[in-house]
Amino acid sequence: MLDLIISTVTQGFIYALLSFGIYITYKILDFPDLTVDGSFPLGAAITAFLLVRGVNPYLTLPVALAVGALAGLVTGVIHVCFKVRDLLAGIITMTALFSINLQIAGSNLAVGRDIDTIFTAKPVMTLFGSFTLLQRKLIVAFLLVVVFKVLLDLYFKTKNGLLLRAVGDNDVLVTSLAKDKGKVKILGLVIANALVALSGCIVCHEQRSFSATMGTGQMVFGLATVIIGTTIFKKEGFVKGTTAVIVGSVLYKICIQIAISLGLPANLLKLVTAVLFLVILVVGNRQKGGAKKNA
Amino acid sequence: MLEMKHISKIYNAGTVTQMCLFDDFNLTVGDGEFVSVVGSNGSGKTSMLNIICGSIPVDKGQVLINGESIDRMKEFERYRRMGRVYQNPALGTCPNMTILENMSLADHKGKRFGLSSGVNKARAGYYKEQLASLGLGLEDKMNVKLGALSGGQRQAVSLVMATLTPLDFLILDEHTAALDPHTAEIIMQLTDKVVKEKKLTAIMVTHNLRYAVEYGNRLIMMDKGHIVMDKSGVEKANMVTDDILHVFNQISIECGN
Repeated sequence: MLDLIISTVTQGFIYALLSFGIYITYKILDFPDLTVDGSFPLGAAITAFLLVRGVNPYLTLPVALAVGALAGLVTGVIHVCFKVRDLLAGIITMTALFSINLQIAGSNLAVGRDIDTIFTAKPVMTLFGSFTLLQRKLIVAFLLVVVFKVLLDLYFKTKNGLLLRAVGDNDVLVTSLAKDKGKVKILGLVIANALVALSGCIVCHEQRSFSATMGTGQMVFGLATVIIGTTIFKKEGFVKGTTAVIVGSVLYKICIQIAISLGLPANLLKLVTAVLFLVILVVGNRQKGGAKKNA
Repeated sequence: MLEMKHISKIYNAGTVTQMCLFDDFNLTVGDGEFVSVVGSNGSGKTSMLNIICGSIPVDKGQVLINGESIDRMKEFERYRRMGRVYQNPALGTCPNMTILENMSLADHKGKRFGLSSGVNKARAGYYKEQLASLGLGLEDKMNVKLGALSGGQRQAVSLVMATLTPLDFLILDEHTAALDPHTAEIIMQLTDKVVKEKKLTAIMVTHNLRYAVEYGNRLIMMDKGHIVMDKSGVEKANMVTDDILHVFNQISIECGN
């Protein structure tokens, strides 16, 4: 039972990185970014590819960030430079990434038990070797999520971060500030998808496998966590958006785990995700007292 | 100095709805001039502003600032030395950011938005001073989000933000039209004060003929893409609202309004 709780919370932390990405695109940029369904498995694919070739597991983290950033860049350029609508720009990249992921790692790629992951390789083992694997996963996931949360919080306070928030809030003002709003949007998509791919990378380490379909529904999952988190803490002004998102992610994973424990067939998982998301949206809108805009 | 030379603008060229708005339109605004522009709907006032700002392209002609052509500059590049206050108070500020954050953004206009701290605490005093000059008590609400303020307060902040950095040119696009008469009056007086204090060159489009007469040192009336009245100096100073109302009505009758 305790093991189950630990692994569920670990999942929540790992997926919180994905939620950070969606927090940036959806909440800050007001950009429904479907690239996520492609950039998440992209991070996992490149990780599986590198791990089975004996690359240092920690090196996969920056690599995943980089390829995710590239995916975001592609969506951004399609949207800003070629003036394709936001939703379609994301769908184009997502579709292209599906093939690219298959090229990188095939439809399935397992990482053998003999290969070290970020949870079993050296620095982590020397530091936390006395803990069980399950506990180590929790510790590493927690550390990673805290590091990126702090980095993001610091970034949002910089001039550049301020401009990023401004572009989602009122892009006319950004033009008035003599800044190219297109470039700011692209930057936001780059950061967001880098985080999403990193999440995919860690998931791959955690479950020791990549599958081409693992991206399906991740965008909806991320949206749900962001909305849960920000709705819960809406009245608490002092809780940062990033913290709210972590809580949202953990809560969501717990809900799903409870559903599975109660005997929900795994095949119905996406259906439940969709229904749960709809419920969250409707409740969220009700609380707003007549939604400002449809999500 | 702003010059618009031989501007031509045709909407929907080559279709049945083709509409020629400007045909050889010329306007020169000298430094320190505060021009009020009046005219009925469709007379080309807003199109003129949009052409200056680069929001819509022209078919022919040139726009020059201080003798240099800005035709090749993109919209956002033109705003380096230009400020604009919009009709909609929501367009001049970020509703989900605090007054302090909004002021910080405006203070950094045109510069590089790097990774240094977004809000410079040392500048907060200066922002407060600027806001205090509005006399609306906004200097005590530095950490309040703009979305929580009224339309008039937002427009006042928009005005301060648009004029916080040195400008060649201030554009006021019917900036009192969405406000109630009392608030509009306050914003208009504030505008006049800011323009005079900072010695700005400004163009103000307005539907309020009284404002056009009372404020500024030059008045232009536009009709169907042409300037039909252009008064400045003593002539402008001696005008009364009835003078332009008369001309305005004549034009409107011709249009069938």
